[in-house]
Amino acid sequence: MGSKRQFRIWRGDETGGDLKDYTVEVNEGEVVLDIIHRLQATEAPDLACRWNCKAGKCGSCSMEINGKPRLGCMTRMSTFEESETVTVTPLRTFPVIRDLVTDVSFNYEKARETPAFAPPADVAPGDYRMQQVDVERSQEFRKCIECFLCQNVCHVIRDHEENKPAFSGPRFFIRAAELDMHPLDTRTDRKEYAQAEMGLGYCNITKCCTEVCPEHIKITDNGIIPMKERAVDRRYDPLVRLGSKIFRRGETPQNSVTSARAAGPATPSTSAGFHSHAGGSHDSRAEAQAQSGVNWHREVPHPTAPAVDERGKLPLTELTFDRAAAPSPFGDDVSFPLPPEHLNFAHPEQDKH
Amino acid sequence: MTSTATRPRGARARAAIAAKTLRTDRWWFAPLITVVGLTAWVAYATVRVYLHNWYWVEDFHYLTPFYSPCITDRCVEGAAHFGRILPDWWIIPEAAFTLPFLLLFRLTCYYYRKAYYRSFWLSPPACAVPDGHQTYSGETRFPLLGQNLHRYFFYAAVIISLINSWDAVLAFHSPKGFGFGLGNLILIGNVVMLWAYTISCHSCRHIIGGRLKHFSKHPLRYRAWTFVSWLNVRHMQLAWITLGTLALTDFYVMAVAADWIPDLRFIN
Repeated sequence: MGSKRQFRIWRGDETGGDLKDYTVEVNEGEVVLDIIHRLQATEAPDLACRWNCKAGKCGSCSMEINGKPRLGCMTRMSTFEESETVTVTPLRTFPVIRDLVTDVSFNYEKARETPAFAPPADVAPGDYRMQQVDVERSQEFRKCIECFLCQNVCHVIRDHEENKPAFSGPRFFIRAAELDMHPLDTRTDRKEYAQAEMGLGYCNITKCCTEVCPEHIKITDNGIIPMKERAVDRRYDPLVRLGSKIFRRGETPQNSVTSARAAGPATPSTSAGFHSHAGGSHDSRAEAQAQSGVNWHREVPHPTAPAVDERGKLPLTELTFDRAAAPSPFGDDVSFPLPPEHLNFAHPEQDKH
Repeated sequence: MTSTATRPRGARARAAIAAKTLRTDRWWFAPLITVVGLTAWVAYATVRVYLHNWYWVEDFHYLTPFYSPCITDRCVEGAAHFGRILPDWWIIPEAAFTLPFLLLFRLTCYYYRKAYYRSFWLSPPACAVPDGHQTYSGETRFPLLGQNLHRYFFYAAVIISLINSWDAVLAFHSPKGFGFGLGNLILIGNVVMLWAYTISCHSCRHIIGGRLKHFSKHPLRYRAWTFVSWLNVRHMQLAWITLGTLALTDFYVMAVAADWIPDLRFIN
């Protein structure tokens, strides 16, 4: 049989809000998200909460439970005392939309800024071959479900909003690490990019990202610290730089990845050329080809505004809508295949076509 | 033409939550115990370094790691394995060549950084607890930019660990010939732990193999990296264990040198 438990849930929106008290029934085996659903089904039908899989794999139900960033669906009620009041609040680092739902678009903007995978120019898609031992480190980071708990807990932006433009956050540091360690990625300047444009230097290794990761990714030890060490190789290690100068390993012309946004002393010199210290196995010609003609900061047009009615809302049914079916999730102004100028991706062999 | 995508609509506000933190657990305990532990150790080490006494046991050739290598004019004959280079001004520690590097190695260590940023600098004191400072620039500027020099202090720490190992080996050879006592066990235990801590360093993990892109082309370095990674997971524990073994070794040598306790001898 269930028992009655005390909950305090933050209710409100961007104009303000406060913690509201609820007494809810809790049954054996339930998680916090179950309780949110019970509240929605009973006394708070207008309680807003984002969720999808209820299995810890979609990363939607990120919230703060008793002050700790957690997934609602992975926090068992049995971990609390029966007499304990459970406080549930939205993620603090991101703007609130309503109740427990926050606007996490900061993360999608940072995702767009992160340079994509750059495969070798002379290997066709489908012909990628790599050894398990080489790709293993990258695979750890592929476990990320993008719940953004690490982004939320990171004090660099949680406590200092002004750092948001300069700091991409732990989720994108492990993305950079994943690609830098990838055996088939040909970019050689991901370390410089992470330092100059992603704000790697802001991280002070306090490991909260690792503490909150529901996928138990060792974000700091396996992602951020190796990236810091790789940046040290390039920028602070005169022995390595001397070795590179003498042996001129993997020297390639540099493209515009660290472009206009990073003016100032932190920007790597574009004339110095960059070198591969990662096993010396790169084909410099392939790297140059892969990097040519890609502008990672290209402004992709925004989709048009939704077709709302006079009340500012989307039509609820086809009967009240002027089109034959539901609106396209990609925007009705988008046709397929997408026109090339709307893409932020350049095929390595684009010049041949 | 329409789209269901939410268009950017300018800056929204964060949720207005009055409490600075809503954590209900004892989040303050870890930073508190770190402050207590590190302060106590630094106080003990400072006092010991400036005692300029009881660092060498003539009968068994025990030399405390806090005075190794002993290089000032004050050093007794047997303890000065590397000569007496520096004057005996009181402010110069006997191990003036090694202590600064050991200090910097630990100060820039990725584990200690976490420990003291959280506990001493409150940046942040614990996860989801507000930073104790108004502004924050992390390790992007001087002096914290210098944390990137960790690997140089790692190289220095390797040399110092070699010197400590040499001290532990020399301690088997007392004036009466080969000897073996409890002090030797303590010295060896300390050196083993120091090596484990030094090798488990994140910079070492990177240098030994982490920087490679293709492990399959470097099987030996991959095996070494795997071993260092195994140790690296225990870096925090080793950091604290070595503080303990250093203090214990030093205290034991001091106690024997000052005749507070006799050394327990197994052979000679």
